[in-house]
Amino acid sequence: MTSVRQRLVPYWLLAPGLIWLIVFFVIPMYYMGELSLKTGSIDTGYQLTWAFSNYTDAISQYSTQFFRAFYYAGVATLLCLLIGYPLAYAIAFKAGRWKNLMLFAVVAPFFTTYLIRTIAWKTILDDSSPVVSFLKTIHLVPQDGRVLATSAAVIAGLTYNFLPFMVLPLFAALERVDIRLLEAGKDLYASATQTFLRITLPITMPGIVAGVLLTFIPASGDYVNATFLGGTNQAMIGNVIQSKYLVVRDYSEAAALSFTLMAIILVALIVYIKFAGTEALMGDEEEAE
Amino acid sequence: MEGSSDLPPTDPESDQPGETAGNTARSGSGGVRLEGVTKKFGDFAAVHDMDLDIADGEFFTMLGPSGCGKTTTLRMIAGFEQPTTGKVLIDGSDVAGLPAYKRPTNTVFQSYALFPHMTLEENVGFGLKRQKVPKAEIKKRVAGELERVGLSREAKRKPNQLSGGQQQRVALARALVNLPKVLLLDEPLGALDLKLRKGLQVQLKEIQRDVGITFVYVTHDQEEALTMSDRIAVMNEGMIEQCADPETVYDRPSTTFVAGFIGVSNLMPAVAKGPGEIEIADGPTVPTADAAQFSSGEKCFAVVRPEKLTVSLPENAPGDQPGIDGIVESSLYLGTSTQMAIKVADDVNMTVLVPNASEDARQHLPGGGAKVRLNWLPEHMHLVAESDPGGSDADQTSTDQVTEGVNS
Ligand SMILES: Nc1ncnc2c1ncn2[C@@H]1O[C@H](COP(=O)(O)OP(=O)(O)OP(=O)(O)O)[C@@H](O)[C@H]1O
Ligand SMILES: [Mg+2]
Repeated sequence: MTSVRQRLVPYWLLAPGLIWLIVFFVIPMYYMGELSLKTGSIDTGYQLTWAFSNYTDAISQYSTQFFRAFYYAGVATLLCLLIGYPLAYAIAFKAGRWKNLMLFAVVAPFFTTYLIRTIAWKTILDDSSPVVSFLKTIHLVPQDGRVLATSAAVIAGLTYNFLPFMVLPLFAALERVDIRLLEAGKDLYASATQTFLRITLPITMPGIVAGVLLTFIPASGDYVNATFLGGTNQAMIGNVIQSKYLVVRDYSEAAALSFTLMAIILVALIVYIKFAGTEALMGDEEEAE
Repeated sequence: MEGSSDLPPTDPESDQPGETAGNTARSGSGGVRLEGVTKKFGDFAAVHDMDLDIADGEFFTMLGPSGCGKTTTLRMIAGFEQPTTGKVLIDGSDVAGLPAYKRPTNTVFQSYALFPHMTLEENVGFGLKRQKVPKAEIKKRVAGELERVGLSREAKRKPNQLSGGQQQRVALARALVNLPKVLLLDEPLGALDLKLRKGLQVQLKEIQRDVGITFVYVTHDQEEALTMSDRIAVMNEGMIEQCADPETVYDRPSTTFVAGFIGVSNLMPAVAKGPGEIEIADGPTVPTADAAQFSSGEKCFAVVRPEKLTVSLPENAPGDQPGIDGIVESSLYLGTSTQMAIKVADDVNMTVLVPNASEDARQHLPGGGAKVRLNWLPEHMHLVAESDPGGSDADQTSTDQVTEGVNS
């Protein structure tokens, strides 16, 4: 009796997770996959016709938006890394008793909804805003130019919105760095820069990988920033999917687009992890030279 | 696993100072001086007004209980910590403001501090690479150093695939390979088994002698300190209690703390009585050459090392030697010797080590409760002053402590 029950224990422990996965991931994915191969409309109903043309159409018609989405997300991720690493470094090593306060400041924006924050940026970057007139005074923006409805505005919005997703894993990785290793580096004739490049950076690589994934993946599917901060020429693939679903109500096409986006991200992810996970990126001395 | 016999002898060729191209630190003397150095963490002085003068090429050991400031002192020499007041001089020049990576020192860290993302080879070669030593030479020196510590086969492994003792040896190799002027070693052999430790002790001593590197060596193993050092500084609560060669520290400790920390304390409270004589509390008045340091009537402690005491039944005692009566409290067989505790006064226990020359002699040692007399030669008794700060502590912690150094 007991032995049977004991053998079942692992399954019982797994059950909640499995049920969650099935209900919220496997089933929706199945329906989406099926939907993406159907033809029809909301009025006439959908039939499964193995319409792979949904996919070819998606890619050929919206390649610009796909490309733009990855371009914006890529630049925003890079900016997040460039801003986030020094920030996380400062919080982990230099903040002293301000550490908790600074960490709180990083997550504080989450207390307001994503939408409201993005709309606030719309106000800040509006043509008549003091910020923009200041940028014009210092000639960073031409007199007749705009900030809103440009690629820069969308990328700035993405960077702002996803920065915490970069900072938190970086902070977690940096916080775990053993100070004594940095001392050992200095003891072995490495200057501050060399210590950083040879020791800190490779040791925190897992944090960088995590931060990049957490930023890039949601950013490439985002449509909120492009909606509020971009114009028609800044539409990302997220905007296309959103309008297909909610405006045009072409569900099959929307599903095919979503799957395509997912597939591209998945492939990129595998390539990235394979590359980032190798010894080369993990600070192998020979390779690094 | 690897015994000391596996360790190849020091390769005299690769240790020639002339061969260490790329290491500019090899010329001149590598003495270290501390002048009135104090290090405070908040209000707490980890190191207090310390003066030290370590000669070039000296094997200098800092010995002391946990928390007495040994690591802090090393860190100030290495440049990881700035003294609150006072000066640190390396090679005659003040190194204040000189960052660690510009100091001609290397450290073997107490915690190893190996780079987890690099193989052993890369760890050991790290310093040479930063100094722009040619690749071929790095390869040769790294291989030689790994061989010295017996880890050639593990060269491609990462530190987390090694045992604690192996990691410690890598830390040693990583610092030694640079042939610095001054090598700072923070309990570098602490995690090794006895056999390996002895093997590396001999090797370290050889390297130090061959290459002429100044070693500042931290340990709390007093036997290690006694066998390896040219000089020992015994530290207590951030201060140096005594700084002298091993024989002096062992035979002529200057304070009760030193007497207690090195070997068994064997202290008898006494009062100085004019020149050449002291009166042991609740005991006889005995002659001693040391009494001159104390004025008549001054309190002091008389030290006699356990192996310098003889124990006999009162009727057989040598009448021409100073001695004191006591009662055998316990007797402990230690292999090469028998350790006896003899109570000579209410709070005063003396430890005696009787060599186990023959089984027959051992059988005839007085047993527990027997009245006996302890005797010693006048020149084997030394007087020490009571330590200012941790004196009473030291007595307590060391009363029952017998050192391997004494009984092996
Ligand atoms: N960064 C620091 N901040 C505050 N106190 C410190 C710091 N570093 C050391 N101390 C204190 O200074 C004292 C001396 O420390 P240190 O590390 O030098 O001891 P140690 O002699 O090396 O001891 P052990 O044999 O245990 O390694 C200790 O009481 C320790 O708590
Ligand atoms: Mg220490």
